[in-house]
Amino acid sequence: MDFTSLYDSLSLIKPEIVISVTLLLIVIFDLIFHKNKTLIPYIALAGLIIGGIYVLSDISNSGFAFVISSTSNNFGLLALDSFGSYFKFLIIITSILIVFFAKHSLEIKNTGTRQGEFYTLLFGMILGMMFMISASDLIMIYVSMELLSFSSYVLAGFIKLRDRNSEASLKYIIFGGVASGIMLFGISLIYGLTGTTNLYQINQVLQSAHVNLIVLSFSLLLVVAGIGYKISAVPFHFWTPDVYEGAPVSITAFLSVASKAAGFAILIRLIKTAFVSNIDSVGNWQLIPVFDWQTLLAVLAILTMTLGNFAALWQDNLKRMLAYSSIAHAGYLLLGIVVFSEIGIEAVLIYFAVYMLMNLGSFYIVMLIADKTGSENIDDYGGLGYVTPFLGVSFAVFLVSLTGLPPTAGFIGKLYLFIALIDAKMTTLAVIAVLNSVVSLYYYIRVLKHMFLKKPDGNVREIKLSAANIVYIVILLIPVLLLGIYFTPLVNFAESCLAFLHF
Amino acid sequence: MDGFPILTLLTFIPVIGMIIVLALPGKMEKEIKYVTLLSTAIQVVLAVILLSNFDYSAGGIFQKESFQFIEKYKWIEIFGGSWIGTIKIDYFVGADGLSVPMILLTALISFIATLSSWNINKSVKGYFALFLLLDAAMMGVFVSLNFFLFYIFWELMLLPMYFLIGIWGGPRKEYAAIKFFIYTLVGSVFMLLVMIGLYFSATETLANGSKAFSFDFLVLMDKANYLKDGILSPFNPHNLRFIAYIALFIGFAIKIPMFPFHTWLPDAHVEAPTPISVILAGVLLKMGTYGILRISYPIFPQITHDIAWYIGLFGMINIIYGALVALAQKDFKKLIAYSSVSHMGYVMLGMASLTTTGINGAIFQMFNHGTITAMLFLIVGVVYDRAHTRGLYDFGGLANQMPVYTGFVTVAFFAAIGLPSLSGFVSEALVFVGAFGVDTLRTLTMFSALGILLGAAYMLWTLQRLFFGQLPEKWKSLKDIDAREYAMFIPLTIIIIFLGIYPSAMLNIMNTSVNTLVEFLSVNIHNISIGGL
Repeated sequence: MDFTSLYDSLSLIKPEIVISVTLLLIVIFDLIFHKNKTLIPYIALAGLIIGGIYVLSDISNSGFAFVISSTSNNFGLLALDSFGSYFKFLIIITSILIVFFAKHSLEIKNTGTRQGEFYTLLFGMILGMMFMISASDLIMIYVSMELLSFSSYVLAGFIKLRDRNSEASLKYIIFGGVASGIMLFGISLIYGLTGTTNLYQINQVLQSAHVNLIVLSFSLLLVVAGIGYKISAVPFHFWTPDVYEGAPVSITAFLSVASKAAGFAILIRLIKTAFVSNIDSVGNWQLIPVFDWQTLLAVLAILTMTLGNFAALWQDNLKRMLAYSSIAHAGYLLLGIVVFSEIGIEAVLIYFAVYMLMNLGSFYIVMLIADKTGSENIDDYGGLGYVTPFLGVSFAVFLVSLTGLPPTAGFIGKLYLFIALIDAKMTTLAVIAVLNSVVSLYYYIRVLKHMFLKKPDGNVREIKLSAANIVYIVILLIPVLLLGIYFTPLVNFAESCLAFLHF
Repeated sequence: MDGFPILTLLTFIPVIGMIIVLALPGKMEKEIKYVTLLSTAIQVVLAVILLSNFDYSAGGIFQKESFQFIEKYKWIEIFGGSWIGTIKIDYFVGADGLSVPMILLTALISFIATLSSWNINKSVKGYFALFLLLDAAMMGVFVSLNFFLFYIFWELMLLPMYFLIGIWGGPRKEYAAIKFFIYTLVGSVFMLLVMIGLYFSATETLANGSKAFSFDFLVLMDKANYLKDGILSPFNPHNLRFIAYIALFIGFAIKIPMFPFHTWLPDAHVEAPTPISVILAGVLLKMGTYGILRISYPIFPQITHDIAWYIGLFGMINIIYGALVALAQKDFKKLIAYSSVSHMGYVMLGMASLTTTGINGAIFQMFNHGTITAMLFLIVGVVYDRAHTRGLYDFGGLANQMPVYTGFVTVAFFAAIGLPSLSGFVSEALVFVGAFGVDTLRTLTMFSALGILLGAAYMLWTLQRLFFGQLPEKWKSLKDIDAREYAMFIPLTIIIIFLGIYPSAMLNIMNTSVNTLVEFLSVNIHNISIGGL
């Protein structure tokens, strides 16, 4: 690896470098200003904004970084393309929102001088996700996923005072450790079969050479288990409710959006890079006939959305309910992959942007209410819509959007998914998906029922919102409503970000 | 009328009203009510202007040229990659003889429901804001000529309705509200899938010569626009048109409500506050039958022809079943709710005939049912406001105590029974004449006629139980109707009597369009032979 190629590589990963530098700056500031932590969130924000600018300015750039010169083809460890940039941009926006989220959150404030660690670990997660999104080598996927996981294990148990917090962290570590071990085993089998860990080379090998399909299928199942754990697809979801309920709300929100986005990005990249032989003129993928991805993912999608939605019906804890709802949404998102076409991926990209807005909004409101009332239980929401109408109405909009009813952004997300399914003539899956959204209506509307249909009883106090709280909610609320009526900009942006390196 | 965006104004005046209501402080209840009243009054005025400028000789239905008050603007236009092409959604509204009666009805009923909402005193601001949003959504459904726009308005209606029943309703309001919501949502998600399926089956030619998929009703009605391999294209031998038709039909049937999807209706009606019952019966139910006539019939002419008999069959079941169940009711409001089920059956029977007479009767019956049933629910509201009970056996002899009220009730009841010289008679007669003329429907029509007899039975029996006999001691203090209630009853009574004596006033509006529709259906059957559907 000579110097020029190193320089080229580094110039391709400017956002990641910015994030790493910011991480180091936060650590240094944390050490120097031991008592005063007010500056740290602003450093974090500055780093994220610069990183975001780099992502946007390089959005059409593409190329391999860290090319392994020993191989005949110039495939690198990282593949930078606009598809990855889209997800990176999404993750940076989410992170900026989470920094404010954490600033407003009482439980993070109460950790006092430990806030420095919080942001350090948060940046560890961000860095892991960003590398994971671009990873085009199984080893790179594994390493970046571990970076993401270890940071999130600690963050899940960041509030040490509560039992359920430590429980969440412990569960997360144990299940996470098992999942990554299983995935590593799968990776080693794939290496054994193909003699390479690079996704592009795996593609070449699968197209030309004859591999043992049973072993390959087995090893892919193991890899899918590892990724499925990250995106909390059924049956790898069992950690989700406990961790989401126990972790600090800001981290729960972050896990439910960013971590899931990174997982989906790498799942799509894995399939599209290693298993697609050709993309025809109308954007349908031709898969190399070595493994039945379609059936596997379709089954996972059906299980994930159905179980997520039905389990959410019985939840009284709002965080837990939103955890199951996020499982269900992972199921809808999987449908976008199942169609194996460009329109499907476009639907996933659109859905994620929308999902970020509405999910963060919901978690933010749950946090505000929990901070004031000390409860996340649905029974304590009785009459809240009358006491704090702004909060009630905003929550209503976010929940309606999560259900997918017009005229909210959630409808546009669902619309594009169904467009992809119908275009691929997968009507059965489409019918299952729409019936699922009817089921989901019931538990989302149940929250509204408690907030508006029940009269406030004596102990419901008004929740005083600061100007910052209102601004935060409005910033999320406006695009949720606007995109529902005029979605051209989002769709155009997503459409311009479909390009994969070498495809 | 060129260039004057009357349909947009009709739809969005309530939205402006809603914004004003939301901006007003919640304590200014009087002002909020007057803003709402003013918005709906402007709507009525606009509707009258619309009618006075309406060209009775233009057909509409499938011809863009003969639609009136058209407004078509680019809304969404996304130039996509090769895999999806250009996504183009227009803001496309227009009116023809099918929609004008419904627009008139919506404006009128919204105005009267506002008057009837004057007694609401719980969260007034929220109530009227939701009410106006509901009004806008209803109007939007009747003017949309683009499936996407139609669907947005169709769904927009659900949430306000949920809250209006759920917050301001009776004892079992939560159950009734969620039942209404879930039932309608099940129907509309299938509609969504059919909408997307149709979208991918037909293309229109854009100004620059390229082709794009379309949500436009008029594009979807022209079979020349369909692709060879579209999932819902008649030229595709493996098309899913029949399944799609049934899915779409169920979506509409839930709204009508057609047996066996009717069970949400009695619950919703009984729990809803009076003005919301009025809207529900007066306008919302018509969306189901309007949707079938506007979308299912012209887009799927062959299947419509094939299953018309079944539409008639379910119409007959609605008529008989609704009437029989109404006979057994002890609750005044529930009785009216089931009579609604029965009366909507006539609409379906008329539609099933596929003849000009029958469909004219069906649309006329939609309008008449809107006015008559709205009046019946107002009547229930008046007595419930005063006595706080709706039990039919709790009353008697009210005729002496409330003579004016009794007068209005008698008119409404006789109109519902179908007494000649009142509007209900004309539409039911047309429905029967239209359906009887079709050989296959003859038996069904004869059985359906039993509904008239049953209708007379439960209505007259109710009249007797409420107004004749001995007045119980506790009702001696009941007051007759006041000025506000006069204002609600008089316009409806005038319309009912006027249309009974001079039905042509309404029939002329729709006649050309219905002729166009019937002709379009007869031309387009059997021509699409491929796939048999």
